[in-house]
Amino acid sequence: MKTCLVVDDSRVIRKVARRILEDIGFEIAEASDGMEALAWCRAAMPDAVLLDWNMPMMTGIEFLRHLRLEPGGDKPTVVFCTVENDIERIREALDCGANEYIMKPFDGDIIASKFAEAGLV
Amino acid sequence: MRPEDIDLVVQLCAARAGLLVDPGKTYLLESRLGPVARRENFGSIDDMIAALRAKREDRLAWAIVECMASSETAFFRDRTPFNLFRDEILPTLARLRDGEPIRIWSAACGSGQEVYSLAMIIEDQRALMPGAKLELFASDLSERALEKAQSGLYTQFEIQRGLPIRQLVRHFEKADEMWALAPRIRQMVRWRRINLVADLSAAGRFDVIFCRYVLGSLVEPMRVRLLENLARALSPDGFLFLGLGETATGLSEAFQPVSGRPGLYARNPSFRAAA
Repeated sequence: MKTCLVVDDSRVIRKVARRILEDIGFEIAEASDGMEALAWCRAAMPDAVLLDWNMPMMTGIEFLRHLRLEPGGDKPTVVFCTVENDIERIREALDCGANEYIMKPFDGDIIASKFAEAGLV
Repeated sequence: MRPEDIDLVVQLCAARAGLLVDPGKTYLLESRLGPVARRENFGSIDDMIAALRAKREDRLAWAIVECMASSETAFFRDRTPFNLFRDEILPTLARLRDGEPIRIWSAACGSGQEVYSLAMIIEDQRALMPGAKLELFASDLSERALEKAQSGLYTQFEIQRGLPIRQLVRHFEKADEMWALAPRIRQMVRWRRINLVADLSAAGRFDVIFCRYVLGSLVEPMRVRLLENLARALSPDGFLFLGLGETATGLSEAFQPVSGRPGLYARNPSFRAAA
């Protein structure tokens, strides 16, 4: 079973994302900011990361920059999931090594579609 | 809605466009007809149907049929047909046509995602096919669908269904709350209102036709009619894409499935003689 780390400071969003991703066959771990996510990844690299942008402690983009420098940190498929929807922001995320990008609000179809684009399902 | 009004709509859709409308789906009928009634300034669906009975006005009749024909779609819907188009059909045709125009038709294009997906593929592959001349056509029964398609404007939900993020960044711009497709992609497509079960002899000749998820929406006799219409509009060495799970087999001798390529059909060589 593939694993997905859901990183979002909103417990509600994490819960919604968990339900959707479990339905399409992922095992879920949760983190509430970039620091916690990085700790998770150092312990066990997930197959996928669903990543919010704006979070306390460490933002999504900072996490992604750190992740890609970790040993094995090039492996996870990273899908941003954020309210940021400026094209410049999207470009920045892609340049930092994001594989796909979801703009909130999202639903199950969008997550499934984006995970398929990213080759995860 | 009253049962006799539902029957009238069902018959109208079948007669004008060959559309199969399930009279049991009252909710679907009402959710589609409600907006038409409001747009046409009727107090209710019942009032609109009463006016239709009284006047038999052609424009109103078509507005009703067209709203029942529309269906949801997505960019790169089902993915595999588009990969097949990009990796096999496009390079083959570019070689065979050798600079002669290659004509591609998205039949029943709805809000345009299918034809624009093809346009983005062509744009992205252009460097690999120097000299190839590609012409894109799109048609729909619904004027409103065509208007929306031509605008190239999509909601944030629509651009997140099937469209990879890199394609979005490459080909779209944000326009207030919507996303606008680049003019250079929009301008690749020519548009026309076409009723696929009417006489298509003036539609022209195409090398590739995408006509997906239409067959299943038609009443039985019109399915045969559609396939034979498409066969006449297709070059002898052209290709037809149907929706996944849709089949021409058993309906018409005009097409034969291409083995190992789900949804892909070629013209039956003996079709011309039979036509």
